[in-house]
Amino acid sequence: MRYVIVGAGPSGVIAAETLRKVDRSGDITLIGGEPGPPYSRMAIPYYLSGGIDESGTLIRKDADHYDALDIRYVHGLAESVAPADRRLTLEGGEAIAYDSLLVATGSSAVRPPVPGLDRPGVHTCWTMDDARAIHDLAREGADVVLIGAGFIGCIILEALVERRVNLTVVEVEDRMVPRMMNAAAGAMLKRWCEAKGVRVLTSTRVTAVEDSGNGGGPLRVSVDPGAPMRADLVVVATGVRSNMDFLDGSGVKTATGIVVDDRLATSVDGIYAAGDVAEGPDFSGGWMVHAIQPTSADHGRIAALNMAGRGARYQGSLIMNVLDTAGLVSASFGKWQGTDGGDFAEAADEAGYRYIRLAFDGDHLIGALCVGRTEHVGVLRGLIQSRVALGAWKARLQADPHRIMEAYLANTQA
Amino acid sequence: MQRSLHIVPELCTGCLQCEMACSYDNEGVFNPAKSRIKVFNFHDQGRFVPYTCTQCAEAWCMMACPVDAISVDAATGAKVVSDVLCVGCKVCTIACPFGTVNYNSTSGKVIKCDLCEGDPECAKACPTSAIQWVDANWTGLDRMRTWAAKTDAGTQATAH
Amino acid sequence: MSWTRTILRVDLTNGTCAPEPLNMGWAMKYLGQRGLATKYFVEETDPKVDPLSPDNKMIMATGPLTGTCASTAGRYSVITKGALTGAIACSNSGGFFGNEMKNAGYDMIIFEGRAPNPVYLLIQNDDARLLDASEFWGKSVWDTEEGIKAKHQDPLIRVASIGVSGEKGCKFACVVNDMHRAAGRSGVGTVMGSKNLKAVAIRGTLGVAVDDAPRFLAAADAGKKVLADNAVTGQGLPTFGTQVLMNVINETGALPTRNSREVQFDGAKDISAEAMAEKRVSDGKANLITNAACFACTIACGRVSAIERTHYTVAERPQYQVASGGLEYEAAWALGAATGVNDLDALTFANFICNEQGMDPISLGATVGAAMELFESGAIGTAETGGIELRFGSAEALTQVTELVGLGEGFGVDVGLGSKRLCEKYGNPDLSMTVKGQEFPAYDPRGIQGMGLTYATANRGACHLRSYTVASEILGVPEKTDPLTTDGKAALVKAFQDATAAVDSSGLCVFTTFAWTLDDIAPQIDAACEGSWSTDTLLEVGERIWTLERQYNLDAGFTGKDDSLPKRLLKDAAKTGPAKGLVNGLDKMLPEYYQLRGWTADGVPTNETLQRVAL
Repeated sequence: MRYVIVGAGPSGVIAAETLRKVDRSGDITLIGGEPGPPYSRMAIPYYLSGGIDESGTLIRKDADHYDALDIRYVHGLAESVAPADRRLTLEGGEAIAYDSLLVATGSSAVRPPVPGLDRPGVHTCWTMDDARAIHDLAREGADVVLIGAGFIGCIILEALVERRVNLTVVEVEDRMVPRMMNAAAGAMLKRWCEAKGVRVLTSTRVTAVEDSGNGGGPLRVSVDPGAPMRADLVVVATGVRSNMDFLDGSGVKTATGIVVDDRLATSVDGIYAAGDVAEGPDFSGGWMVHAIQPTSADHGRIAALNMAGRGARYQGSLIMNVLDTAGLVSASFGKWQGTDGGDFAEAADEAGYRYIRLAFDGDHLIGALCVGRTEHVGVLRGLIQSRVALGAWKARLQADPHRIMEAYLANTQA
Repeated sequence: MQRSLHIVPELCTGCLQCEMACSYDNEGVFNPAKSRIKVFNFHDQGRFVPYTCTQCAEAWCMMACPVDAISVDAATGAKVVSDVLCVGCKVCTIACPFGTVNYNSTSGKVIKCDLCEGDPECAKACPTSAIQWVDANWTGLDRMRTWAAKTDAGTQATAH
Repeated sequence: MSWTRTILRVDLTNGTCAPEPLNMGWAMKYLGQRGLATKYFVEETDPKVDPLSPDNKMIMATGPLTGTCASTAGRYSVITKGALTGAIACSNSGGFFGNEMKNAGYDMIIFEGRAPNPVYLLIQNDDARLLDASEFWGKSVWDTEEGIKAKHQDPLIRVASIGVSGEKGCKFACVVNDMHRAAGRSGVGTVMGSKNLKAVAIRGTLGVAVDDAPRFLAAADAGKKVLADNAVTGQGLPTFGTQVLMNVINETGALPTRNSREVQFDGAKDISAEAMAEKRVSDGKANLITNAACFACTIACGRVSAIERTHYTVAERPQYQVASGGLEYEAAWALGAATGVNDLDALTFANFICNEQGMDPISLGATVGAAMELFESGAIGTAETGGIELRFGSAEALTQVTELVGLGEGFGVDVGLGSKRLCEKYGNPDLSMTVKGQEFPAYDPRGIQGMGLTYATANRGACHLRSYTVASEILGVPEKTDPLTTDGKAALVKAFQDATAAVDSSGLCVFTTFAWTLDDIAPQIDAACEGSWSTDTLLEVGERIWTLERQYNLDAGFTGKDDSLPKRLLKDAAKTGPAKGLVNGLDKMLPEYYQLRGWTADGVPTNETLQRVAL
């Protein structure tokens, strides 16, 4: 068997390793889109904040790891796929034949249509190259404007704060991390950031980025509403999109991401998709691009098992996120927004920067959102994903939603 | 023969000697807040439940780690966090459905039970044998394993 | 190490909290907790101060071993001038609060002044803030504790608070932590209430270090083994709790019954440890659910109990149909034998209320016993009691009055005065079974002679925990003495008083001394702390502390005349049991005791003595 994996992020690497586990003699090729060994984007903020060097971002630390598993790791960007011929073509023309292909190409940062975002000094923060550039420009005391206070933006924000830059965050929506936080939690995050000296402009749009004078000098960032500001560096963190253009004409069905079934198979025989590029089964129902590490790992493993003919079915993963915003940790799980007619439990300690919201569907927890809590947060996943029938504990959680660990133990370890 | 921590809540008096032994071994001071094993007190029922990582086969924490900072100790089967490699991203803390991986804001790393290289301090410190160190095949962890399987949204069950 | 070397000083009047370094010179002389906090207290306050004045101070103090893995090392004490007694007060509590204070980085917290409005103190390591407590004022200990945890969204916050009784000025209000552990005696909760301080809530995550860790761990392990191998600490206390004593003391003829009119209680077996463990016919369950430990305790004598759901006290009130702190011996005695009530669930309920509203069950039960005698003798009637038929043996009367005291309502206000003030108010001072204004506990000095001297000389007023000679006179620890004789008791009392003062200053629980001597304790302190701590050093420290407390009381206006016992114990002989025909022989023991202490015939330490103990 010839297995080809396009994309060397966590999903691709785990898929390659899983394939080797279940098929000791198969031919495995792992194709990375960036130079250097496979690394984890998750680690970039910690590289930026100086906690680790570049080697600390590597998915596997042992330089011989891929050779030792007889995984051929090559560098290249996919250009097209010809399913009829079971052939992948790379940019530059190299053709690679496969029996089974996994698309794990992830996503790329996108820049909104704002004039001037192509200027020097404006960077997305997605690849290792981006990180190196920001690393050089985000010096202590530098004026930095971060466009976008979504999940990625907030992770970078942490690193920028640690680099002691003079930071302004501009978010077009009415709160920070709008996809992960409700109004109460988003407001708490904003207050926290402001207390740490970060200027946070919500409901604000960047309208232009211009040279403030002579070329090469500081930039001038115009916003609406508000006065223009000076910036030595502008970081764009307004979103990403799936890397699937190369599938045009292949017949592989795509929507927000590549549409896969519960075996991570695409609409085309012999082609699978995994990770941030895949629109896979969601635990809470439906199909969704998660773009989170645990889902990528699950995808990589399940896709590989199916590529090797092991017939693994995937019941869907739970969307969850954890975020450290300049020292304030928040986490969200599943359908924290709740469901129509469902019950909630909510508690906020504004002074102590602690917030929790639980969403129930009948006797079950279906989602949770918490700020300022790091103890035993994973149990929220356990409560949701193992569909614990809460019984009397539902009322107790409604009275004090922080008793999640007790609720879990009382219902599972009794 | 690998061994496991076997917990018998009925024998626990809630003294927290396990938390002190654990924190002392890992942190060099007595600090229950940093213990890898925690005793939960159901005070209106008179129940104390010690709880820590079962070193589950699924190893969600390990699978979720983006930088390979969690590995299996071949001798004990423990999933062990490398302080050198951990970047503190906390993904494992939300991935572990038992809530037994926690972020330590002082060190900026995550902490979890590592079975003390095969000689768990909590079991040695327990005055009532509520925490025992037993042959893994013997018994006891079934309750948690049952729930481990339930949490498994099909991602592992067919993989073995 | 072992000490955090930091004090938190809280000025309630001005609403400020500030850390300051611990006086290590004093720590070397007074160790910690009871001794060290008393030293601070004596140095900083006027002995003539009104206990309820803003000029009184209140100190919460841990010992150097608090927060370590030494068995029972989770204790803290509340030191102040007692509202019940006007004497030096030091009430010791277990649970988990002491460890939390230590882990937050403080050896002690000194409260001074009075808050203009109700406040609570929230400590998260170095972040200490006084917060508005108006939402908790008027609430019980239980609601306050749960409310604070919910408000700050942290179930691991540890809380010490007062109930409504402490707000309303009940003289024997206590400070309750962890739902049902209490700094119980002398009205320390009353002082806290007078300061408008509802609660202290702590979350500490800094860790506690010891000086010589390997040596300390070895010493602590050796100590734990001694406790495990000892019949009392290894089996009796975990199985039966302190209630193991109920039948023993009753058979000894030393169970003060119906306000000490008798020394044996025919209902003792119904309220004993054995009765708590017995399965009821009705529902097949026992009153006792399990035993429970305080922080670090390998003995685990604590009781967790539940009341039968159909019992009159809880049938209509589901909030009490839960497990909670069960009867300890002193509480079972006071609520039961002292009042002649043998309804175990009624006593358990009264005990719940004591925990819920923060009242000392010893003072409460003993005062109810005195009130019952006042009632039966006609000194008070239903006009005073609000219609309650306050007769010995009436469970309903006991639980009704207990709830009234808890809420500071009706006749509860009178009972909340404590036995001494109550009996004086109604013209029968001799019916008060108190010394220095404090109700004595569960051992009748006619049947256990040494306890007469113990009560008479205890610095905080009548108390068993200042020199628990019961250990020797009944249990034979460290060696058996005859409970019916006064011979040798002065020396025994002094030895126990000095040793106990040291233990109470260490962070350890005095119950360890059923098995441990200072020879077991000294190596643990010596390894944990800087300085040199031998058995002899600890005895010196103990005597120094005792003398310091004595000197404070003398300065406060007490004299040797207050080292006395109620007339009933000195004049009315025991009617039954082994002590039949005996009164307490205090007159034989007291002069010898003064002499051994190096005090004058009036009970005043001589200059030589003060120099000897290095005061």
